[in-house]
Amino acid sequence: MTTMSAQEARDDGPLLTATGISHSYGDRIGCRDVTLDLWPGEVLGVVGESGSGKTTLLNCLSARFIPAAGALNYLLRTGETADVYAMGEAERRMLMRTDWGFVHQNPRDGLRMGVSAGANVGERLMAVGARHYGAIREQVTDWLGRVEMDLGRIDDLPTQFSGGMQQRVQIARNLVSGPRLVFMDEPTGGLDVSVQARLLDLLRGLTNDLGLSAVIVTHDLAVARLLSHRLMVMRRGEVVEQGLTDQVLDDPQHAYTQLLVSSVLQT
Amino acid sequence: MYVAVKGGEKAIDNAHALLAEERRGDTDVPELSLAQIKSQMGLAVDRVMGEGSLYDPDLGALAIKQAMGDLVEAVFLLRAYRTTLPRFAVSTPVDTAAMTIRRRISATFKDLPGGQVLGPTFDYTHRLLDFALAEDRTEGKESAQNTAEGDGAAMAGPMPRVTDLLGREGLVERETGSEAATATDTPAADLTREPLGFPAGRDLRLQNLARADEGFLLALGYSTQRGYGRTHPFAGEIRMGEVAVEIVPEELGFAIEIGDITVTECQMINQFAGSATEPPQFTRGYGLVFGRSERKSMSMALVDRSLRARELGEDIVAPAQDEEFVLYHSDNVEAQGFVQHLKLPHYVDFQSELVLVRALREEAEARRREAAE
Amino acid sequence: MTAPATAQDSGYNFAYLDEQTKRMVRRAILKAVAIPGHQVPFGSREMPLPYGWGTGGIQVTASIIGLADVLKVIDQGADDTTNAVSIRRFFARTAGIATTEKTEDATVIQTRHRIPEMNLRDDQIIVYQVPIPEPLRWLEARETETRKMHGLADYGVMHVKLYEDIAKYGHIETSYDYPVLINGRYLMSPSPIPKFDNPKMHEMGALQLFGAGREKRIYAIPPYTRVESLDFEDHPFQVQTWGAVCAICGDGESFLDEVITDDQGGSMYICSDTDHCGRRVVAGHKGPGGPEEST
Repeated sequence: MTTMSAQEARDDGPLLTATGISHSYGDRIGCRDVTLDLWPGEVLGVVGESGSGKTTLLNCLSARFIPAAGALNYLLRTGETADVYAMGEAERRMLMRTDWGFVHQNPRDGLRMGVSAGANVGERLMAVGARHYGAIREQVTDWLGRVEMDLGRIDDLPTQFSGGMQQRVQIARNLVSGPRLVFMDEPTGGLDVSVQARLLDLLRGLTNDLGLSAVIVTHDLAVARLLSHRLMVMRRGEVVEQGLTDQVLDDPQHAYTQLLVSSVLQT
Repeated sequence: MYVAVKGGEKAIDNAHALLAEERRGDTDVPELSLAQIKSQMGLAVDRVMGEGSLYDPDLGALAIKQAMGDLVEAVFLLRAYRTTLPRFAVSTPVDTAAMTIRRRISATFKDLPGGQVLGPTFDYTHRLLDFALAEDRTEGKESAQNTAEGDGAAMAGPMPRVTDLLGREGLVERETGSEAATATDTPAADLTREPLGFPAGRDLRLQNLARADEGFLLALGYSTQRGYGRTHPFAGEIRMGEVAVEIVPEELGFAIEIGDITVTECQMINQFAGSATEPPQFTRGYGLVFGRSERKSMSMALVDRSLRARELGEDIVAPAQDEEFVLYHSDNVEAQGFVQHLKLPHYVDFQSELVLVRALREEAEARRREAAE
Repeated sequence: MTAPATAQDSGYNFAYLDEQTKRMVRRAILKAVAIPGHQVPFGSREMPLPYGWGTGGIQVTASIIGLADVLKVIDQGADDTTNAVSIRRFFARTAGIATTEKTEDATVIQTRHRIPEMNLRDDQIIVYQVPIPEPLRWLEARETETRKMHGLADYGVMHVKLYEDIAKYGHIETSYDYPVLINGRYLMSPSPIPKFDNPKMHEMGALQLFGAGREKRIYAIPPYTRVESLDFEDHPFQVQTWGAVCAICGDGESFLDEVITDDQGGSMYICSDTDHCGRRVVAGHKGPGGPEEST
């Protein structure tokens, strides 16, 4: 088992620390002065309606782009803390394809649609130097199995899969390198309700079993409740409320959170 | 002082008179004859016939003369003339295997039945300006020497096509449609009679490409070679020469020959990985154009193959694979008309935009002042 | 087979290019040699031959060649192919230098699509004509992105392609322009030579220069440099073999061209390297002969 006990993790300090993250697009504010700690094994949900800045924040946290202001520190496996925005591009790319994962809402953005499911999953292994076809194949097969894919379709193109299956391939592609931190942008968005439910189940199981840390952006409070330990509510680029997921959803303090929660409950 | 250009019959007449004067140029220099254009600028005539979609070297030469050498304008003239012609018959498919060959090369085999026939080509000339051509020379000095080269003479008799040789082994896909069909059953599509419809069949696409602007096809074909929708092409065979055109008059019920035309044919052979229903094999891209237009026929073959992406289950990611993009923008008569229509008055539309931009600027300025206070 | 130096065409500078241009090209070559396998952009000139027909190779050759050099030009391995003849004539005309068809006599060999069968020595230079210098081009069309991938040695995607081949066909499908890793750092296109020739590049005695005129890139492999063809440990790189021998010289080890002899499916194989074949015939080797015997 690769997971640490919660106590051990706490001793090492937070996995990811963001301080004063601000980014705007011309006049429009993306996110403003967001500060957060993410602990090993913790799943943080970020909720808010579209335009609230949650996707901008996710992109800043995952260093997909570098914000106008703010700092991002990451606890490396070596025990050192790295300033992610100050890293060279080679180092950052390496981090992104080994220790981190990013699951896009649209599988097209996270998969190579022109190569097979197997190659999609194996890519990260090859990018870090795996050169034994049989061994790569074995790991790919193992991971496609863990995301409950039909192994007979390992050589099919993603275009031949349903949306839910594509999402499973994308998840396997991200997890095959054994990352410690995964970012997810509406991972179940755009899927049928029943497909969504099974995928959520799978995600919850995987994050638990692997002791993964994750930041999940969603507009769906049910998804947030199911997956996240802690919740941040965003509105107009700012964090208006945060706390333990159950606490925030059961006893919202901020008027906007109350509105969000009640609008779900009434439907 | 600004004078509004509002028609003015006089202005137009004057413009035409000036154009005629410019066309003639210096009257101390003898006027060009159509025979000169036809025989000494034959490649220009060929291009105009191809894109003008009318095989008539005399009219092609006339169009070039009238257009002062502007080939797109000449194509336009020929197209406008073509529109007026009645259609008496539809020919049977021309048989390029029976071509009287003047040039035939294959890039895929070093040698093959019938051999490589270089023919008249710029290919291995060094592009060094030949200043000897700048001088007026006495007639006939050159020609005797040239015809002595065996390579220049036309080769008679059938010369098997490379794709047929490969086809024998089943290595290249079978050509379906036009080749299997005779002229009488499914008639080929004709975009000069029916507007383009999508998805377009290969017959319609090929017709569009055969009439398409050479420069446009060249750029698209080139883009596929540089990674934008790669097709792994090999020039299986390029052949140029004369083919007979035959029609079957209803009253006779059998084919009669009505003349010869010069055409250039290109068969590209492209890699294909195979699909659920087809084994791995070579696929084809096809180009056939009037006259000696090798660059055009090759570009056409590349683009034809690219446009088969949908049929072959390939990802459509590049401009050359996008049927609507290619077919809608390939025709230079359509394109040059619409691009140049921007010269026409647009006073009214522009006036409306002017008013709008002024209003928007005022609003922006007002907001800035407000924020500053 | 060796044609002596001839009178140079007086209208042009020695070897066509002006001296300033040659210096610029040489600077690019020096940089390329210093960073093996790295594509160095250079101010490629319009040449009197069309792009794609060897303008890069010609500019490289023109910049390194001197009066004492003996030039050999091959295309598809042969000296007598039209494009080879054309380029050889170009240099005979503009530089007036000696040309040869004998590999061992040449000091500079310009080639398209082959490496001679004979081992090249360290007093020889081989100049490759390159159509598409970017080995990642088929996986990523944008130059801005591929430059970045080289900078970061981010080559995983190349193995993805090889993985796909094995998953689909059981073996690696690329048969020419097979990508190589130079000195453990830069991924490089060997130009469209058959993969049969890849092993010859490894630790080759001769300096290997690559010129891409249209794409405006020069790259190089210094003598005795490590050149690895990409593969997997359990699917090692392999070269193609023929179940046939050359009809003329009987060689079963050299790269063979298929020649179609009739329209009934008849064909025969001959050496692609015409000099190699000729040398063997002189040495007394004999092949099975024409199409009648071979089919």
